Amino acid sequence: MLKLQGVSYRYPGGAHETLHAVTLELAEGTITGLAGAAEAGKSTLCLVAGGLAPRVIGGTIVGDITLDGTDVTSWPMHHLAEHVVTSLQEPAGQLSLIADTVFDEVAFGPANLGLPPEEVVARSDEALHLVGIEDLRERDPERLSGGQQQLVVMAGLLAMRPRHLILDEPVAHLDAAGSRLVLEAITAIATAGTAVLMAEQRSEALATVCDSVAVVAGGNIVARGSPREVLAHPATIAFGIEELPEERLRRRLSKAGLDPDVVAAAT
Amino acid sequence: MSRIATPSAGGPTAWHDLDPLTRLVVSVGTLVAAVLLTGVVCLLLLTLVAVLLPAALARQLRRVLVTGLLLALPLALSVIIVNVLFSIEGTVVASLGPLEITEEGIALAAEVVARVLTMAGAAVLFYVTTRPSELVASLQHHGVSARLTFVIHNGVAMIPRLAERAHEVTAAQRARGLDTEGNWLRRGRGVVAVAAPTVLSAVRETEMRTLALETRGFTRPGRPTVLRVPHDSSTQRVARWGVALALVLLTLARATGALPC
Repeated sequence: MLKLQGVSYRYPGGAHETLHAVTLELAEGTITGLAGAAEAGKSTLCLVAGGLAPRVIGGTIVGDITLDGTDVTSWPMHHLAEHVVTSLQEPAGQLSLIADTVFDEVAFGPANLGLPPEEVVARSDEALHLVGIEDLRERDPERLSGGQQQLVVMAGLLAMRPRHLILDEPVAHLDAAGSRLVLEAITAIATAGTAVLMAEQRSEALATVCDSVAVVAGGNIVARGSPREVLAHPATIAFGIEELPEERLRRRLSKAGLDPDVVAAAT
Repeated sequence: MSRIATPSAGGPTAWHDLDPLTRLVVSVGTLVAAVLLTGVVCLLLLTLVAVLLPAALARQLRRVLVTGLLLALPLALSVIIVNVLFSIEGTVVASLGPLEITEEGIALAAEVVARVLTMAGAAVLFYVTTRPSELVASLQHHGVSARLTFVIHNGVAMIPRLAERAHEVTAAQRARGLDTEGNWLRRGRGVVAVAAPTVLSAVRETEMRTLALETRGFTRPGRPTVLRVPHDSSTQRVARWGVALALVLLTLARATGALPC
């Protein structure tokens, strides 16, 4: 289990902390959602949980980050990457650029770990299967759609067999079909035992796949609970979070003087 | 499963079949030799042996010639103008107003142009016959650090990517009313409007790629696994060392004045 306990983070040169005493637990086989408005601190929390902040981008961090009870704050990035990996917002920017095919792109991570060639191939094949993109294996990753590239990025991370996967707005740049593909893959990944942390602005996406959701506002976690419990709460809108479509409908029906439950029963 | 540490699939020609490191050594060797050699004849001979023959073997002669000439043209023109028209001393063969054209100026211009063409040809030959991923795999197979290979690769891969990005930005700016045609002043404004977002987006993408590479274990010490082993051979190894030795001898000959050309 990856655990953040009272973690505060300040960007290099930043006048204030971007995260304030955040506590979060990522248990294996579960999907934890991060909801919040733009600039709420979701991406920063992803960078911190994934170990990229402060190791790669600098800054100062306070608090404890443990993996199965072991303090990982002093681990180098390449060591942590064997356990925790992070996917950023734009898939095209995460491609290695040194792969001619999707297979080579997916194999890039396990190859970096110096595994035997047979192991690299086996892991890459498995990741392609898990994400459901075996048919793309010989395609040029740079010539794929945004949704397909996002799946390739996720397969590349999964081929490293991490126990924790951090996803920063994985469907932000995708159309409906691409989003569906990615969300299905995330569910399959968690079912296979990986702990997933997913920052997302689309409430419907969070409600679809997450086991629990934490609301981030001003660098704090201000609420947490089951997706329906959190995202359907009237106070959610105040934090700049998109209202769930069914909740929006219920509110409008009520405003029009209709009983949403009666309408739902009638339809 | 054919990828497990097996030789990479053969290229379309014997030149493509060579280990990319061999192609790199030939190109770099040609670049260095072009600097060391003097005289148009020697330089043309070098171009014939190290650029044109391999280009023909790789069935890329036309492409190497056209791209090489286009690449060398701006520098070649400026060299011709400076050396032919502004050569101070020498035997005057013609006058152009206050400017005198000398035999020595023409000879020097011809030599520098030949050198520029040779260097451009060598660079283009390597670029059009070597995929960046091939080069990376070869360098890693030969023990070059992953970071260095990535820097080399990105240097090569960045050119078409930047061109593609500039094209996209230009199209987007035109859609927003930017005038990139007409007089030079308008075109100049257009260049700024295209260059700034192109460079900024490239920088942003580089930052993101750095994070992505870190999370994929790129900075791990030790050699990464190479799945595609390049077609190397003892003949190629000897040839590479031969090129290196030839360059050392050439440098010594140039330093001692023993080089005939």
